[in-house]
Amino acid sequence: MYARLIGTGSYLPEKILTNAELATRVETSDEWIASRTGIRERRIAAEHQMTSDLALKAVERALESAGIAREEIDLLIVATTTPDNTFPSTACLLQEKLGVHGFPAFDVQAVCAGFVYALTTANAMIKSGVAKCAVVVGAEKLSSIVDWNDRGTCVLFGDGAGAVVLKASETPGILSTQLHADGRYSGILKAEGRVNHGAVVGNPFIYMEGNAVFKFAVRALADVAEKTLAAAGLQKSDIDWLVPHQANLRIIESTAKHLGLPMEQVIVTVDKHGNTSAASIPLALDEGVKSGRIKPGQTLLLEGIGGGFAWGSVLLKF
Amino acid sequence: MENIEQRVKKIVAEQLGVPETDVKNESSFVNDLGADSLDTVELVMALEEEFECEIPDEEAEKITTVQQAIDYVSGNLSK
Repeated sequence: MYARLIGTGSYLPEKILTNAELATRVETSDEWIASRTGIRERRIAAEHQMTSDLALKAVERALESAGIAREEIDLLIVATTTPDNTFPSTACLLQEKLGVHGFPAFDVQAVCAGFVYALTTANAMIKSGVAKCAVVVGAEKLSSIVDWNDRGTCVLFGDGAGAVVLKASETPGILSTQLHADGRYSGILKAEGRVNHGAVVGNPFIYMEGNAVFKFAVRALADVAEKTLAAAGLQKSDIDWLVPHQANLRIIESTAKHLGLPMEQVIVTVDKHGNTSAASIPLALDEGVKSGRIKPGQTLLLEGIGGGFAWGSVLLKF
Repeated sequence: MENIEQRVKKIVAEQLGVPETDVKNESSFVNDLGADSLDTVELVMALEEEFECEIPDEEAEKITTVQQAIDYVSGNLSK
């Protein structure tokens, strides 16, 4: 039994924030941001839009593309770093917005690796027979935890959501998955603020040691890609599309180079979306599918890495 | 077998996309060869791979010229 991806959907908030606009707020420039990150613009959610609202739109579109009624869902997993509330989980709030109830719904927190963690979890639950029709969402309102005065980080992030529908199937399907974490690196990328006795304690904004993160990410992603391929008995040359977490174009280029893939076989959205953390992979996937580049039967490698450090990848036949 | 100096210069030229003839011992990665902060991180990673060593971040920050890279590798290489 395989978990097969039968639909994708995504949602981006209306407001576009360009590099030029950011340059009026902090000491930066379009050239500086673009040359180091590949980012040209990002989307920012409206004040009233919560992560579950972004997720709802992405899920509705994914269900539509899958031709599935919401009543068929029997598992809902939301990957997010920016939940609506401390609790209930964003997944439960989303379930209520979808208007269907009773089946398991929960959040996964693995920051930018959240989507591959959630997809791996859903895959395991489908393979074990616990679920038959799962919805996996990556949704983020990172603009709420960005320090808009920190030019080193505020240029990097954006808001958005992406979702997929997975169904139990005899045809592959997800071929192999790999998850890893190394808590020794928890200090180089974090937002440590927490609610304590009614007040926020610690820095509530994203803190990042860019160079250290870059180095760790490049190495870890190259390593995990090889392990995921080996687990499925496939070669680098079997990959039709790399759908990477969209943090930084130069990390993406480095991963592609390691895999021997030309950039024409890589879905890139970082230029338009910025880093949307757990939402970036399903957003890129939907972009690849809707643009007609990703076709049925092709082999895709999805991979993500983020704070924790946590990272992983999923190899699948679309 | 090329010596350390030649190997370092070759890697610098490859990583920074500059002709090897432009890579002098006194060349500064940032000021002379047009590297930005991420280029220098990638350069250090390439040196680590070529010479099979680990360059700690605090040491890597001090390597800003070709000569400093040659000196570091020469001083820390066992083979």
